[in-house]
Amino acid sequence: MENKNFVTIDANGLHYKVLNEQIRNTLDQKPNIKHIIINNVCGQRYIANGIKKILKITINGTAGNDLSAFMDGPEIVVNGNAQDAIGNTMNSGTIIIKGSAGDILGYGMRGGKIFIKNDVGYRVGIHMKAYKEMFPVIVIGGEAKDFLGEYMAGGLLIVLGLNKKTFPVGDFVGTGMHGGKIFIRTETIDPRILGKEVKSGKLSQEDFVLLNKYMQDYCKIFNLDLDKILKSNFIKLFPYSHRPYGRLYAY
Amino acid sequence: MSKSKFRTDFKIVRDMEKCIKCQACARVCSNDAHVYDNESNSIISYNDKCVGCHFCEDLCPTGALTIKRNIPEIKFNSHWDSYSVYNIIKQAETGGVLLTGMGNDKPFKEYFDHIVLNASQVTNPSIDPLREPMELKTFIGKKPDKIELKYEPYKLEYNKPELKIINYKISTKMPPQLVLETPIMFSAMSYGSISLNAQKSLAKAATEFGTMWNTGEGGLHEDLKPYSKNVIVQVASGRFGVDIDYLESAAAVEIKIGQGAKPGIGGHLPGEKVDTEVSKTRFIPIGSDAISPAPHHDIYSIEDLKQLIYALKEATRYQKPVGVKIAAVHNIAPIATGAVRAGADFVVIDGMRGGTGAAPTVIRDNVGIPIELAIAVVDQRLRDEGIRQQASLIAAGGFRSSADIIKAIALGVDAVYIGTSALISLGCHLCQKCYTGKCNWGIATQDPYLTKRLNPEIGAKRAYNLLRAWSLEIKEMLGGMGINAIESLRGNREQLRGVGLSELELKLLGIKHAGEAW
Repeated sequence: MENKNFVTIDANGLHYKVLNEQIRNTLDQKPNIKHIIINNVCGQRYIANGIKKILKITINGTAGNDLSAFMDGPEIVVNGNAQDAIGNTMNSGTIIIKGSAGDILGYGMRGGKIFIKNDVGYRVGIHMKAYKEMFPVIVIGGEAKDFLGEYMAGGLLIVLGLNKKTFPVGDFVGTGMHGGKIFIRTETIDPRILGKEVKSGKLSQEDFVLLNKYMQDYCKIFNLDLDKILKSNFIKLFPYSHRPYGRLYAY
Repeated sequence: MSKSKFRTDFKIVRDMEKCIKCQACARVCSNDAHVYDNESNSIISYNDKCVGCHFCEDLCPTGALTIKRNIPEIKFNSHWDSYSVYNIIKQAETGGVLLTGMGNDKPFKEYFDHIVLNASQVTNPSIDPLREPMELKTFIGKKPDKIELKYEPYKLEYNKPELKIINYKISTKMPPQLVLETPIMFSAMSYGSISLNAQKSLAKAATEFGTMWNTGEGGLHEDLKPYSKNVIVQVASGRFGVDIDYLESAAAVEIKIGQGAKPGIGGHLPGEKVDTEVSKTRFIPIGSDAISPAPHHDIYSIEDLKQLIYALKEATRYQKPVGVKIAAVHNIAPIATGAVRAGADFVVIDGMRGGTGAAPTVIRDNVGIPIELAIAVVDQRLRDEGIRQQASLIAAGGFRSSADIIKAIALGVDAVYIGTSALISLGCHLCQKCYTGKCNWGIATQDPYLTKRLNPEIGAKRAYNLLRAWSLEIKEMLGGMGINAIESLRGNREQLRGVGLSELELKLLGIKHAGEAW
C-alpha cells in the first residue's frame, strides 16, 4: 500500500523542463499518488508550479526559483535551501524549507503557509493578500532582509530571529503596506526602519491566538520549544490606513 | 478667496418648443446635470455638471437636447489656454493629482494620417475581394526558425519502379498559436474598470467572430467562463484574480509590464469600486483598494522577465502562448527584443494614444511615444537581429479605423488590439470621465442602475459589426494592392508612402516618400 503511494524521482543532471514533465506525468499516470520524493535537486526551477492537488512533495537538495508558483494544494518539504520567488502567487498548500530561502518569497501569495527554518532574502511577502477563508502566512525562523512585506494587503508575516545577534529585519519594512500584519520577535523596534505607512504596537488578544496557532505548527515541524519562543516579546506592525492613496486625486 | 468655479466644458441647450417635460434626462443623468423641480414643474440643467457624454441627447424622445462645447473664454493668450488655467484652479482647490480617462487627447502628430497606401494599376492586377478568396487569418505565437521535412517512403501495394511518389511530412513541432479570423483583437480592459456587461459584449463578439478578448488584470468573472476559449488573460504586478484555474482556462497569457496611457506607473482601483462581484473576480475583500505596484517587484531585468514567462509556461505546460505587454517608450526596440529573447511568444506594444480607465493626466498626455514609430523600430530591430519569427508583434493604442490597422500591419505588426474603438461601438462618447465610475453608457461603472443600460446581446452585436466592417474594409484595401492574404502585407513597407514627413521620420518608419517609385 505504502509503496504504491509514493514515487521517487532522481533529478540529478535533469533540466527543469524534463524534471517537471516527469512530475506532471507521474501525477497524470497515478492520480491517487500521495507522495513524490525528488532526490538530488540542484536548483531546478518551477518545481510544483501550478499543481492543483493534495499530495506531499519532498525535495532533497536545493530547490530552484519559483518553487510552487501558482500552486494550489500540495505540501512541499525542502530538505535544504531554496532560491528566489518561492510560492509566487500561491493559492493554497504548505511549503516547509529546512534551510534558508532567497528573495521575493511569497510574492502576491493569496493563501497557504510557508515555514522557513533559517533566513530569507529581500522583498519577502510583497503584496500578500487575504481573501475570504484564504489567509497567507509566512513564518521566518531567522532574519529577513530589506523591504519585508512591501505593498502587503493581507495575511500574516512572522519573523522570529532565532539564534540571531543582529536585528531580525532589514530596512523599509512594510513600505506601501495597506493590510495584513507583521509580527517580529523583538523587544523594541527602531521606527526609522519602517515604511511610512506602517505603525508598530503590541499584540492584541486576537493576535496572540493567531501567533499561537501558527507557532504550534512551526515548532512541531522544526522541533522547537514553543513555550520558550512565546515567552519572548513580539511587536506587531500594521498599516495606518487601508487606503494609503485615498486622498491623492483632484476629482 | 471664495471657492472658484471649475471649468465647464459643455452647455446644455434645451429647445423648449420640443421639450415635453418627460423628465427622462433628469432620471438618467448620473452626474445630476438635469434636475426636475416639482414646484415649478420645470427641468433645470447645470452646465457645470455636464461631462459631455451625450447620453441624454441620444435618449431624449423629442430631440430637444443638444450638448454643445462651451469652454469659458479667458482673455486670449496663446500660452495660457483655458485648459491650463482651469486645471491650476482645480489643483489649488484640491491639492490633488489631476485624473483622467481614455487616451492622450493632445494634438501630437498623427503619423497614420501622413502615410498613404498603394494600389495596383495595370502591371499587377488588383483583386476583387467579393469574388476572390481573401485571407485575414492570423496566427499569434512563436514561429519555428525553419521547417524540417521528413521523407516518408510511400508504401505502394505493388512495386513499380516508374511510379515514384515522394511524400514529405513536416517534422517540426509548431509552438502553440492563437488563430484569429481577423488581425483585430479587443484590448485588455479589466472587470472593475469596465462593467461586466461591457466585458461580456466584447467576449461574445470576439468568440463569435473568432478573435480574442482580454481580461485585463481584474480576473475572469465566472459568467465569462463560456468565452474562455477566446480569452487572453493578464498577469500584472498586483496578480489580481490570478490562480492556476485562471491560467488554465485561457487561450493565452499576457504579462502586463506597462500600458500606453500610463507607462511606468501602476494601477489603482479605489475601494469604492470593489463590490461583491469585483471582489469575487479579483480575489480581494470588498471595499479594499486594489493597488498594482508600478513595477513587478520580481522583475528587475530581462532575466527576471524570462523567469516569469517560463513560470507561466510551466504552469500551463507549454500549451499556450505567453506574451508580454509593454508601453511604447524611448527604448522600446531594445526592450522588445529583450522580451522576445526572454521567451515571449508575442509582444504587445501599447502606444501613447492608448486608453485607460484612470491615469494621472500629466502622465497620459506627456509620457510615451507614438505607436507608428514604435512599430517600425521594433519590427526593424527584430529583423536586424534575425529574431522576428520568434514572436508575434501586436500593436495597441488608438486605432481609429481599418486604415490605421492596415498601415500598422504594413509597418510590421501581426495584429492589433482595439480598446477605445471597441468601447465606442458600445456607446462611449469619449467624455474621459471613466475614473468617476458614473458612466451613463453603462461601460466604465459598476453601478447596477447604469450597467443595465448596456445590453450585452446588443453590445456584442455592435462590437461584432465593427469587427466585420473593418475586416471587410481591410479586404478591400488588400485587394486593391493586389494582395490576397494579410500575411503578405505584414512588414511590407513598400506598400506605404509618407506625405509631409521629414527624412528622419521616413527613415524611422522605414518608408519612402510619396512620389518615389519602388
